[in-house]
Amino acid sequence: MYPSGMSGGGDSSQAMVKVQPDGSAVVTVGSCDIGQGCKTIMAQITAEVLGIDYEAVKVVNDDTDNCPLSFGTFASRVTYVDGLATKLAAEDARRILFEVAAVMLECSEDELEAIDNQIRVKGNPDKALPIGEVAGAGTFGMRKLILGLGHYMRDPAAMDPETGECDPFCTLAWAASYAEVEVDTETGEVEILRLVNSYDVGKAMNPTHLEGQIDGGATMGVGAAMSENLHPFYPSLDFQPDNLGDYAIPTTMDVPDMESVIYECPSTNGPYGAKGIGEMTANTPGPAIVNAIHDAVGIWITNLPATPEKVLRALDAKGA
Amino acid sequence: MHTLELTVNGQGHKVEVGLKTTLLEVLRDKLHITSPKVGCNTGDCGTCSVLLDGVLVRSCITNALSVQGKSVTTLEGIIEPGDIHPLQKAFHENYGSQCGFCTPGMILASKALLDANPSPTRDEVKEALSGNLCRCTGYVKIIDSVLAAADEMKS
Ligand code: FES
Ligand code: FES
Repeated sequence: MYPSGMSGGGDSSQAMVKVQPDGSAVVTVGSCDIGQGCKTIMAQITAEVLGIDYEAVKVVNDDTDNCPLSFGTFASRVTYVDGLATKLAAEDARRILFEVAAVMLECSEDELEAIDNQIRVKGNPDKALPIGEVAGAGTFGMRKLILGLGHYMRDPAAMDPETGECDPFCTLAWAASYAEVEVDTETGEVEILRLVNSYDVGKAMNPTHLEGQIDGGATMGVGAAMSENLHPFYPSLDFQPDNLGDYAIPTTMDVPDMESVIYECPSTNGPYGAKGIGEMTANTPGPAIVNAIHDAVGIWITNLPATPEKVLRALDAKGA
Repeated sequence: MHTLELTVNGQGHKVEVGLKTTLLEVLRDKLHITSPKVGCNTGDCGTCSVLLDGVLVRSCITNALSVQGKSVTTLEGIIEPGDIHPLQKAFHENYGSQCGFCTPGMILASKALLDANPSPTRDEVKEALSGNLCRCTGYVKIIDSVLAAADEMKS
């Protein structure tokens, strides 16, 4: 079980959504993207709120000097915290579009919806305007800047001084990993035959990305469980690995057959019910692998990685 | 300084190099071809991979003067500019790339495989990519991408 963002509240992200005169949109957020998918998710949320195509949204998030505040890309927080900020900003921009469209369509703002690249009167598809026409008229005719602003920050959680009770978490996601291993009792080598990782993501905004995130995290978990060791002979640092040859992260040959299972139990407050799972994907495989080793040969490895040496010592101690 | 003559992506070059200059330094710093990345500079990660007369090598541990007169292909050279190689298309469609840092090396290693073996099994793909590290994807979708590209290139 794992939360999104920094527990205890106060974790902040801001977003700006600018609708261009042609009806396309530019989102600016402060969380960077080094492959986690921030750009994709922010574009998806903006496209959903404004009723425009995903391809019509550009995300700018590469310069913390010029982007709105964000605490950063970590702690499984971007889809959740930046996602909520982006949703608020896109809704704010949509409100301005509705102001313009209400004048053009001679109706009230709350009768309007943004869908299929149009602003239209709900339930009356004939009373509709292309979003580009609304944005163009708003920008040049009414001299508006169609810029929506959003800031999401959960309040710091107050704690009951008597009981310590508080509500510090944005969302809680659940996860389970299942491992099958084969242990060679002569050499101490452990081979992972199969690994199934299942995550409650709240709402799968982008299932392919989530699978990629789960696979990648699981592989980090396999590395932590089996081969990665920063301090092999602690407290002496003389043999500390200092290159990717000695610090052995898993290769294609070390990754078992893996299956990623996505489960959706919506959160009450995440964008569209989403939860963040980025960080925890690396945490569940290790315990599953250790449990599988115990199930296979009856030893407990209590200090990762489960190297052949540790397995053999544990087998010796058990008297096998 | 010594003069090195080599062909990169079909184009001839003449550069001045030292005895210890690596091929990776020539490509990135002198020719400004940046798809080969500096991942480890010790031959352990594969993201600096290039094809040397069609053979996959790690340019960070390839001495520049050892490629005198030879032909190097980087990711930029596997297809005409403006076009997209079936491997690139497959990596794109199958989400075979997250941060992208390993991707140039992965695609070249995959190309070397498919040039030699157009219908590899999943295990053969795993083996061919075993020298290329990826920290993001867990390899699953990279392998899916290579198999998808192999199918596409056959049809
Ligand atoms: S940079 Fe050459 S193998 Fe890592
Ligand atoms: S995609 Fe990031 S290292 Fe492979």
